[in-house]
Amino acid sequence: MPHDPTQLTRRGALKCLAYGTAGTLFTLAGGVLTPLDLALAAAKPPATAAGRPLFLQISDTHIGFSKDANPDVSGTLMQTIELVNRLPQPPALTLHTGDITHLSKPAEFDLAQQMLAGLRGGELHTVPGEHDTTDPAVTEYFSRFGKASEDRGYYSFQHAGVHFLALVNVLQFRAGGLGTLGAEQVAWAIADLKARSASTPVVVFAHMPLWTIYEPWGWGTGDVEPVVAELRRFGSVTILNGHIHQIVQKVEGNITYHTARSTAYPQPGAGEGAGPGPLKVPPDQLAKLLGVTRASLAAHSLQLTDTTLS
Amino acid sequence: MRPGTRFILMIMAALPALGGGVGSASAADSAAPRVLIQQFMFAPVTLTVKAGTVVTWLNKDEEPHTIFSDAGLFRSGAVDTDGTFEFKFEKPGTYHYLCTIHPRMVGTIVVE
Repeated sequence: MPHDPTQLTRRGALKCLAYGTAGTLFTLAGGVLTPLDLALAAAKPPATAAGRPLFLQISDTHIGFSKDANPDVSGTLMQTIELVNRLPQPPALTLHTGDITHLSKPAEFDLAQQMLAGLRGGELHTVPGEHDTTDPAVTEYFSRFGKASEDRGYYSFQHAGVHFLALVNVLQFRAGGLGTLGAEQVAWAIADLKARSASTPVVVFAHMPLWTIYEPWGWGTGDVEPVVAELRRFGSVTILNGHIHQIVQKVEGNITYHTARSTAYPQPGAGEGAGPGPLKVPPDQLAKLLGVTRASLAAHSLQLTDTTLS
Repeated sequence: MRPGTRFILMIMAALPALGGGVGSASAADSAAPRVLIQQFMFAPVTLTVKAGTVVTWLNKDEEPHTIFSDAGLFRSGAVDTDGTFEFKFEKPGTYHYLCTIHPRMVGTIVVE
């Protein structure tokens, strides 16, 4: 894609307007993300209504969880699937950013796969979460989803002119907390990116945050910096993750970081309480804290839209 | 060999040596030295036992945890609420472990 100097002007013109309560829409142009209130967006359809649906991000389905915070995670996943299936234009791809299951049990993976097969979300691309890799031999995830990466877990692919990088930061366990990619994956990712033109929009996705949101709870990836350094030369970079069951975003130059909601249960904000466990909320609040993210692609911009179940 | 594959093979190779098992709280020997998992912490964080002792971990959190030896000696798999994991420590030494789901959770078993 040729470099378009008008992007810079447009980027500068975009202003942060407001955060919505029922959902927030994000416009990304040249790597800069701008939230718009959904009510406002409904009143005046954004320019991206003309954009093509690019992908859906679903995360932290935690099939197998049954505690008070949500005794029916299959039910809320089904609501999510129905919400996506009602979209007038289905996404061409779905990225699942991990914690497909809660306890890495075969029956949990089987149910999740069976349910996700009913999603009108195009090709399914996954990365594992740490809840997906607790079986002693770490075979349950890889036997089902390892083919795309030849069992490495990390891989890249192209779609509609966008380069996607799927990274794994939950397999190298190191005491102390942060996620780890490992030297081999870091070297692979840098080499993979070096082969791309700086004008190619890049989407990077992993389970744990690829930026440090809260170190005491391990919400970050300790060895990601060399990969981010390589990403800085690109005009549009979107870095997505799950793991923290809530939306947090950051923009740094042309790089936009955006975390996803879970479809299962919310988690407390950073540092609120003993640890990042399930957060029990009043039953009528739950659906407002669960949801998915959609991305659409206009000529030179990637737009993210967060939608909750109610 | 791919890193993922190597990791899996390493774990599989370690499996026959495992003396541990995941069970329910009721199955655990209440007399056995125990590490309680609560509020995202192992307590006591360092437990000293004699060689040949079976150590039982009991999870009282609503979140699953794992007990993972960073030397590859034992790995529990996900231990959910009220679940236990047992491992028999045969040889004297200092054994560090962590929870792979929450790697800031670390503990040590000292075997005399």
